[in-house]
Amino acid sequence: MAVSRRDFFKLSGGGLAASLGLSFAHLEAKAEDLTIRYAKETTSICPYCSVGCGMIVHTLGGNVVNIEGDPDHPINEGSLCPKGSSVFQLRDNKARVTTPMYRAPGASEWKEVSWDWALDEIALKIKKTRDASFMPTSKIKIKEKVGSVEVEKEIEAVVNRTMGMASVGSAALDNEECYLYQKFLRGLGLVYIEHQARI
Amino acid sequence: MTNHWIDFKNSDVILIMGANPAENHPVSFRWIMKAKDAGAKVICVDPRFTRSAAKSNLYAPLRSGTDIAFLGGLINYILQNKLYFEQYVRDYTNSAYLVSGDFKLPGELAGLFSGYDPKKRSYDTKSWSFQKNADESIKKDPTMQDPNCVFQLLKKHYGRYTPELVSKTTGTPKEKLLEVYKLYASTGKPDKAGTSLYAMGWTQHTVGTQNIRAMSIIQLLLGNMGVAGGGINALRGESNVQGSTDHGLLFHILPGYMPVPLADLKDTAAYIEKHTPKSKDPQSANWWGNRNKYLVSYMKAIYGAKATKENDFGYAWLPKLDPGMNASWLMIFDNMIKGKFKGFFAWGQNPACSGSNSTKVRNALTKLDWMVTTNLFDNETASFWKGPGMDPASVKTEVFFLPAAASFEKEGSISNSGRWAQWRTAAVKPLGQSKPDAEIIHELFQKLKALYAKEGGALPEQLTNLTWNYGFKRADGTIKSIDIHAVAKEINGYFLEDVEDRPKPLKPGEKAPPPPPPGTPKKMLGKKGELVGGFAQLQADGSTSCGSWIYCQSYNEKGNMMARRGKKDPTGLGMFPEWAWCWPVNRRIIYNRASCDPAGKPYNLKKSVVYWNPAAVQPTGALGAWVGDVPDGPWPPMADEKEGKKPFIMRADGVAAIFGPGLKDGPFPEHYEPVECPVPENFFSKQMSNPASKIFKDANIKEDVLSTCDVRFPLVATTYRVTEHWQTGVMTRNTPWLLELQPRQFCEISVELAKEKNIGNGDLVEVSSARGKIEAVAMVTPRMKPFKIGDMTVHEVGLPWCFGWHTPGVGDAANLLTPTAGDANTMIPETKAFMVGIARKG
Repeated sequence: MAVSRRDFFKLSGGGLAASLGLSFAHLEAKAEDLTIRYAKETTSICPYCSVGCGMIVHTLGGNVVNIEGDPDHPINEGSLCPKGSSVFQLRDNKARVTTPMYRAPGASEWKEVSWDWALDEIALKIKKTRDASFMPTSKIKIKEKVGSVEVEKEIEAVVNRTMGMASVGSAALDNEECYLYQKFLRGLGLVYIEHQARI
Repeated sequence: MTNHWIDFKNSDVILIMGANPAENHPVSFRWIMKAKDAGAKVICVDPRFTRSAAKSNLYAPLRSGTDIAFLGGLINYILQNKLYFEQYVRDYTNSAYLVSGDFKLPGELAGLFSGYDPKKRSYDTKSWSFQKNADESIKKDPTMQDPNCVFQLLKKHYGRYTPELVSKTTGTPKEKLLEVYKLYASTGKPDKAGTSLYAMGWTQHTVGTQNIRAMSIIQLLLGNMGVAGGGINALRGESNVQGSTDHGLLFHILPGYMPVPLADLKDTAAYIEKHTPKSKDPQSANWWGNRNKYLVSYMKAIYGAKATKENDFGYAWLPKLDPGMNASWLMIFDNMIKGKFKGFFAWGQNPACSGSNSTKVRNALTKLDWMVTTNLFDNETASFWKGPGMDPASVKTEVFFLPAAASFEKEGSISNSGRWAQWRTAAVKPLGQSKPDAEIIHELFQKLKALYAKEGGALPEQLTNLTWNYGFKRADGTIKSIDIHAVAKEINGYFLEDVEDRPKPLKPGEKAPPPPPPGTPKKMLGKKGELVGGFAQLQADGSTSCGSWIYCQSYNEKGNMMARRGKKDPTGLGMFPEWAWCWPVNRRIIYNRASCDPAGKPYNLKKSVVYWNPAAVQPTGALGAWVGDVPDGPWPPMADEKEGKKPFIMRADGVAAIFGPGLKDGPFPEHYEPVECPVPENFFSKQMSNPASKIFKDANIKEDVLSTCDVRFPLVATTYRVTEHWQTGVMTRNTPWLLELQPRQFCEISVELAKEKNIGNGDLVEVSSARGKIEAVAMVTPRMKPFKIGDMTVHEVGLPWCFGWHTPGVGDAANLLTPTAGDANTMIPETKAFMVGIARKG
């Protein structure tokens, strides 16, 4: 007997289960055990492509127990693609790096380090590189009108830029982080600032 | 995107070309299928028969790198058969403008436009300008018959793009071409809408910008801009690449698409003068006329009270480029391999796999003293020093890996491709010791600020004067942790003083209203400390701040607009105006005034985005208002000669540009071959590749080699993504469920090529280019077909680019094969069309 999903629902009210000799008792028991039953729901947006699908993150005791599509979201209306459906494994994942790491010149392995040590070292290197490669001015050619004639001349223009550092990234940051990052980089005088949008 | 994802459902014809949403934006395909269910036709043009093609009504193959030929043929077809929307073309575009009599087309100059300098590889664009009347206004011929008018030049230029010549170049059978042309051109009827969905298949070419320009011209000819179910829709690749672009993480733009200052613009006055377009046309809104407000408000956001009128709002502290200096992606790695950088940040990005010519990128990293990398997972960039061919002992680069929190472990907003900024809250604390990127940036800033305060150094105030009011300050002035809402509010902007709502300056001949009776309280735009309500309230005198003017309104006195979850859809078009927030000013379809005729009546009454209601009474008492989506400005439609404005408000002349003199490689798109191509000649002209694109040929850089018509590399290759992986795969290769579904590098080849090369389905093959080689599993499939190009049979192969050596057994990056070559305008690398060879292994 072929029963479509719709027929199934139509018939089920009229004792279909019984007519098929099925009992739902064990299904109900399973429902009680659903991991998300007592979970807290937090809405989120998928971190992968740019469709911006809504997701619900279920957490229990500070752990993510499930992530699924948000049925209230107008774009995805509850559905997710394989990547979105797998976001759960970005948390439940042994490969996540959870401690800062450092690789010394010539070393063949990483070693774990503390945040304080890593950030102190990085700050020193940024400062050293910035101070050594900072260009307050640059010789540029400009065109100037002398009477009715345009003449080219060289001037020493203020540029206040750092030449010894570059940055790439990131479309993986939130808007506020992108803003903060460009503010920080420009505050350091960087001009070599690029990210995923260029490639 | 000019439109948004749900809006696909409103289309009559959907052209998927240069994209593959069924695989790469899977959930969006629901809206394409809804359109199809409602009777829309879906066209897919792609070198491969993709999953998007499988769901389309019409599929046409084309050889990678020949999109302009294909689209130029469509322009020709529309013009020859008079299928354009005449009134739209005449009133809303620059088609009637007269171009200088000195202007010459590529058909007259062996593939070049007038003004080319072969030594500089660039154009003098003087002859591309418009003819002017004595009062400096542009000369026009409303009948569009003058041989120098844009419309006639367009006709002449694309008259060369005959179906025969197009088919000979693209390899698309002529009858398929004509089928696509006929179907898409059917959207030229006023009440029909066609939409263009593209992605990196169009941008990653040396003619990338012109690919999109060609489609823009088509959309304008057919009246498809501003309407529901229309537009030019870039299907962006990452969840927040729209936002990261909006916020200026690129060398050439500050937040809100403000140009980065150049050294020859010595102060804000010079910057504003250079970047403020002028228009004497009373019907042009000329929105960039507000540039001064956005620049000063940005300076006030980043430098706060330190930015004063006296110090020109701190303009000197903004780092400046020399005129003509290019600091884009390809230049970064070119400079890096030449040893010009000591330090490098790879922040949430994996250039060792995503950078074209990845060998060059990987070798460049060895020239650094130090690198900071931030990510969820170790990857090919972070661990480059132990990658294939590297001897760790001889790599001196120090590397710091900072573990970042995942998207659901922190709070903030991201902007999808439809410009919707959506707020996420933290569901859990970051895993282990990982931190949100904002915290890492914050801690680095505090440490550097302290170092500069203690030791001094090069221009410390550039850094130390930055505002950093992002949360509770401890007694020593430091902030414990970042309040991300405070950052969002800074982006939105504040009133820094009480700002009065001053009446608009009087027009010539206009009478001043009577003065208000004494004692009338001043009408205020905002009070000191309040959040700015929208960018129309921003000021140029330093009395407002705004980190990114296009995000002004996103977090205002009404609250965090990005966190809204309202489900009202009053128009039924799926715009959901109360769901999250969309830039600019919550406008869901930009250029929407062009969806109406000059009197404000919608061309398509059933799917009207906005319409002008002349009887509506505004709060000011004025009559007439737009109803529907947030319009592109409140002014009446252009038929109102006194107050009306033209619809394309970001253009100084108020109309859309069919003739685009602002680009580096021509005011009309012209077909050029990719820098690596299979044909010895360009069938359209003597000019092989884009004459204005940068060529990398430094004899000292052994990684930069090109090979055209080389017997060793006879196959066209292209790269793409798969549903189960994302970008270089750093996140998805580390997701066991996904890696199991899509476990390793493969190469799609046609049945015909497989036979020729004696390759079986599933065989291991080596794919090589002039720059490198990778191992892949052959996927022999009828989805790939040989092309007939002129008299030649040309094979094309396809490679996903989501793999890399760091994941054991998956194969290395497809970008080891791609060239260092960039688009003439954007410098986006040409990774979608290059030449390879293939051989069975073992």
